[in-house]
Amino acid sequence: MDFLLTFLRATPGSIGQGLIWGIMAIGVYITYRVLDIADLTVDGSLCTGGALCVLLIVNGVNPWVALICAFLVGMLAGLITGLLHTACGIPAILSGILTQLALYSVNLRIMGWGTDAGTQATLPVSVDKFPLVVSSRFVRELGVKNPILMLLILTVIVIGVLYWFFGTEVGCSIRATGANQNMARAQGINTNVNKVVGLMVSNGLVALAGGLLAQYQGSATIDMGRGAIVIGLAAVIIGEVVFSKVFRNFALLLLSCTFGAIIYYFVIQFVLRLGLSTTDLKLLTAVVVAIFLAVPYLKGRYFSKSSKARASRHA
Amino acid sequence: MLDVQNIAKTFNAGTVNEKCALDNLSLHLNAGEFCTVIGGNGAGKSTLLNAVAGVWPVDRGSIFIDGLDVTHLPEYKRAKYIGRVFQDPMTGTAASMQIEENLALAMRRGKKRTLRRGITKAEREVYYEKLKTLGLGLESRMTAKVGLLSGGQRQALTLLMASLQQPKLLLLDEHTAALDPATAAKVLELSDRIVQENQLTCLMITHNMSDAIRHGNRLIMMNNGRIILDISGEEKRHLTKSELLEKFAEVAGVQEETDSVLLS
Repeated sequence: MDFLLTFLRATPGSIGQGLIWGIMAIGVYITYRVLDIADLTVDGSLCTGGALCVLLIVNGVNPWVALICAFLVGMLAGLITGLLHTACGIPAILSGILTQLALYSVNLRIMGWGTDAGTQATLPVSVDKFPLVVSSRFVRELGVKNPILMLLILTVIVIGVLYWFFGTEVGCSIRATGANQNMARAQGINTNVNKVVGLMVSNGLVALAGGLLAQYQGSATIDMGRGAIVIGLAAVIIGEVVFSKVFRNFALLLLSCTFGAIIYYFVIQFVLRLGLSTTDLKLLTAVVVAIFLAVPYLKGRYFSKSSKARASRHA
Repeated sequence: MLDVQNIAKTFNAGTVNEKCALDNLSLHLNAGEFCTVIGGNGAGKSTLLNAVAGVWPVDRGSIFIDGLDVTHLPEYKRAKYIGRVFQDPMTGTAASMQIEENLALAMRRGKKRTLRRGITKAEREVYYEKLKTLGLGLESRMTAKVGLLSGGQRQALTLLMASLQQPKLLLLDEHTAALDPATAAKVLELSDRIVQENQLTCLMITHNMSDAIRHGNRLIMMNNGRIILDISGEEKRHLTKSELLEKFAEVAGVQEETDSVLLS
């Protein structure tokens, strides 16, 4: 009973975290599913978004403006990865790793801006001093200050805008680029430009999520993005596994990323209550994602084998 | 309409796998000419089509489409003038997108893509009528994913897509090779119809000699990256398979190596 109660007490926190990571997962969905690129930039750009957002806020910038700046700096990160990939011919996965690595130094510099050392691994921001957009402090309160309400509104806006964008001529050509590059080029689509645009939108959203996360937890930290790609993938995949039968519409597919992220944080809460340490979470996440990624492949092998066996039995 | 001047392409230059795929090849197609291309494996047929489409740059020579020098234009820019259907039915369409979305992408070939709607209501009606003419019942499945279609249906759809925006040149790269004979015949018939209705200039590669004779108003045979036979007009109309074989033997006699595989 105790177990259940503490689990229930943690529910608002899981939903809050899940909604923020849901926006991040939508960004991952754009590269991983729409463009068919595994983009590792996000591990760095999440932190860049958080770091810049907090830096601007503590220097007196409006938190909403700071979030927009986080989005823009994320797009810049995506642009760099995109150019490394398309203009310089570096494989997509390696381009992402290069940008991510470079961003580690950049993030330390952003957080250490104005300090004597010039670099810093954490940058706190207090909700008492600044009018933050979201804060975990109020996650159990009823009313407009509750971050869950604000995050729900933001999620709806993000999904709405993306739904519109991917329905435009440009958006359709980006989807075609991810679906079949040969076909896209034969239809006069500049696939390189589209990949760059897709990476920019994706990393913009990831950095926006980073800005929200930093405000939510009250600080930006250098390792806040570590393993972000795996959490994002976990959310995307969990969402697909659970909702793929009922969700077909593009907006609903994006929504399933958010649901996937919330489910992910419920599972995390659950295993933490079971006594697992937070330091074991990355291992757990990696194992879960590996299993979900392997299942379709193994299933295919299993079924093709059994159909062969059946065929030989009938022969 | 198409003017190919002395183009050359060598793959893996400087290695043991060096392969001269196009050897100073020139070809001129007049507007409205429907030219079939035959030749053995490795003769350079697909290389010729890919060179015209701009899949990669040629080593030498120039390519003009309707008087415009496209030699240095990238593939996606040349697409404005060229409709293409590929050998693999998977290549010409986006499987994870709907039939109408694929058509909408093709409708915007060569046009600037903006933030307007990717597909409009008015377009859907056009697509409905166009799909109806295929006689495959696709008009009632316009929101189905293309991945659900058969190879023949996909090639028919790709043909329709290639002709939605009137191309100056239609390139068919063995587009019936992956289909069963009955379906292949239907798709070929459809190709004929689309070429005639739109008065297209067309290059069609085929492995089937009878098809090469039956379709189009000109026939070229390739070997070792060169055109070794070029038949058109009256001569093409009365051409028979045995004559073609004879002619090949004649030309091949002066070639360094004969390609007996082609004739089997």
